[in-house]
Amino acid sequence: MAAVCFMITLVLYIVATVSFLSYSLRRSEALSQVSLGLTAVGFASHTFVLGARMFATSSAAPPSFSEALSFFAWMIILVLLVVELRHRIHVLGSFMVPLALVSLISAAALPETEPTLQPVFKTLWFHVTLSMLGAVGFTVAFVAGVMYLIQDRFLKSKQFNVLYSKLPALDFLDHLNQQSIVLGFPLLTLGIVTGAISAQLARGSYVSWNPEQTWALVTWLFYFIVLLGRLTVGWRAKRAAYLTVIGFACVILTLVGVVLKGHNALS
Amino acid sequence: MHLIVVGLSHKTAPVEIRERLAVPESRLGEALTRLCSYSGVKEGILLSTCNRVEVYSVVDDIDVGYGRIQEFLADTHLSLSSEQLTPHLYWHTGDRAIGHLFRVAASLDSMIIGESQILGQLKNAFEVALAHKTTGVIMNKVVKKAISVAKRVRTETKISEMAVSVSYAAVELAKKIFSNLHEKTVLLVGAGEMAKLAAKHLIAHGVGHVRITTRTPQHAVDLAAKFGGTAVPFDQFKDDMASADIVLVSTGAAHYLVGAEDVHRAVEERMNRPMFLIDISVPRNIDPAVRHVDNAFLFDIDDLKHRVEQNRAERVQEAEKAEKMVLEEVTTMLDWMKSLEVTPTIVALRNRVDDVKRAEVDKVLARLSHLSPQDRELVEGLASSIVNKLIHRTMVTLKAEVNSSNGPAFVEAAHRFFALDGQPPSVQPIETYPESPCCHTENSVESGAEDPAPETSIHKQAR
Repeated sequence: MAAVCFMITLVLYIVATVSFLSYSLRRSEALSQVSLGLTAVGFASHTFVLGARMFATSSAAPPSFSEALSFFAWMIILVLLVVELRHRIHVLGSFMVPLALVSLISAAALPETEPTLQPVFKTLWFHVTLSMLGAVGFTVAFVAGVMYLIQDRFLKSKQFNVLYSKLPALDFLDHLNQQSIVLGFPLLTLGIVTGAISAQLARGSYVSWNPEQTWALVTWLFYFIVLLGRLTVGWRAKRAAYLTVIGFACVILTLVGVVLKGHNALS
Repeated sequence: MHLIVVGLSHKTAPVEIRERLAVPESRLGEALTRLCSYSGVKEGILLSTCNRVEVYSVVDDIDVGYGRIQEFLADTHLSLSSEQLTPHLYWHTGDRAIGHLFRVAASLDSMIIGESQILGQLKNAFEVALAHKTTGVIMNKVVKKAISVAKRVRTETKISEMAVSVSYAAVELAKKIFSNLHEKTVLLVGAGEMAKLAAKHLIAHGVGHVRITTRTPQHAVDLAAKFGGTAVPFDQFKDDMASADIVLVSTGAAHYLVGAEDVHRAVEERMNRPMFLIDISVPRNIDPAVRHVDNAFLFDIDDLKHRVEQNRAERVQEAEKAEKMVLEEVTTMLDWMKSLEVTPTIVALRNRVDDVKRAEVDKVLARLSHLSPQDRELVEGLASSIVNKLIHRTMVTLKAEVNSSNGPAFVEAAHRFFALDGQPPSVQPIETYPESPCCHTENSVESGAEDPAPETSIHKQAR
């Protein structure tokens, strides 16, 4: 049942992605409602999949990486729906739904990996959940940054095309960028702390400098500087947008590190 | 009964003619009464705006109607003769007249396509006509439909969404930089007419603070009082720029007043918060090099004009969609108008009652199989004579009223009383207006069978 729902979710997100992308390029507003409807139904089905998994596996078993990616996709859509409800910016879906789709496809494609750390108490649960929530924050910041750069380019070059008319105001995007980092940063911090505690409990050392941990710390440091720069010397607007795009690359590398670690552990 | 329109607009007549023909609102009622006093003119509505003067009317005869209305128009202004007027006039009838009204209401015929004023003007003209009782069944329905078509066009197309004036284009652009104009500050440098207009638009859209500077200090103080803002000394405005989110420059200066360096400094002082600079002056007052400053968005008069032209082109595209909607709506309207013609109504009524009679007679005769052919004829004759007597008055009245001003109302009443639009009378709620009439009676057999009253009476008589 859960597997069927997972497929349904995947198909719905694929259709929603196509629909959202054509919405962003076409003048008609009608597609936005269709796309949102598809996404919402997909989200409901996705929620069922995750809920079923929660009840099926004993709570002591830590989540696998593919489950974490699925949760990540779910959170992205949740944020999209919340922002949509509050601000009615349909074009956000054209950026976020494809990202969620990529994440969900990765979740389906990756082999099930056993976690390298033995579950001790529930710290690993906290570690995975918090880190993923932090990553969601940075992903939203990335999307806002990309949208900012596109709109900035349109305004500077006086290119008033369809996408221009659908993208929101620059200061809204900058604000979304800031809020996402402000929320994502403490979550990642807690994620790293709980990860270190898990490692300490399982292996007796907090840090072992594997690619995952290294990139996680690099990411943390990067966003710390970005946040500090914004609050003190005005690294906002275009610069903030560029920085969050670079920061997102760090997030991706960290996730790749996690996958590699899983593979190493298997082999 | 024909719907016609006679009039002239910005497309056919120069302003010298239009202004003489225009009827001020205070005299609209009087003009309408005069219009309807012409023989053969049943209903009338007069739409008079600065871009058009049109008479929509329901007349007995098309050619006579055209003549009467032309006469009426020529009479509205003493200095206008028919000869002067005729070359500028257009005439439409039937579907073209309806289509024309729908297009006018939806602002597809306006000088600036998609402008919203015309709908209000039409509503106004309609209200005056209602107040002076110069409209009837047809005109009321057509004008109400025109208003709803206009609303549909407005909601289903983007015809009136995009700015088509330079000053308004500035507001539209500002909204792509600042999501919320409240709490934002605009700095007005110089006071050209267009800049003042743009400032007015910005204030209307919520801009919170206005700062004004002009070379003549007193001028700035006066303007500040007018806009509810503060005056800034001209030699200090560059230092003040950092506090402004929007800078509107329009002075008569022949050189650049604001350089890239000034803007760069202001943006830095603003901690990189975006800045929107509009240069409406010719020659330009802001150095074009400002374009290369990050987080500063400079638009000059050509950029704004370019935006306006693009929007106009988009409106024309949207207008094509709207034209399709108008065509659809004209078809529905025509169907309704057709239902108001008397001859088809009489035919439909005849068919309807014949069908009911046939069904009832057949039902009774099937049970009375022992009757001789003569008796059967008798039963049939009885049914026919009852039915004929019942509808006789209706037929006579319809024929008699066909040319009166109430004619369409009688026809419509007949349609509803006898359910000539396809539904049995017991099912059709009284409020429903027959939108798509069809003058045949497929349902009559069933509806007759459902009606118990005639059945019992025939039974009694048969026994």
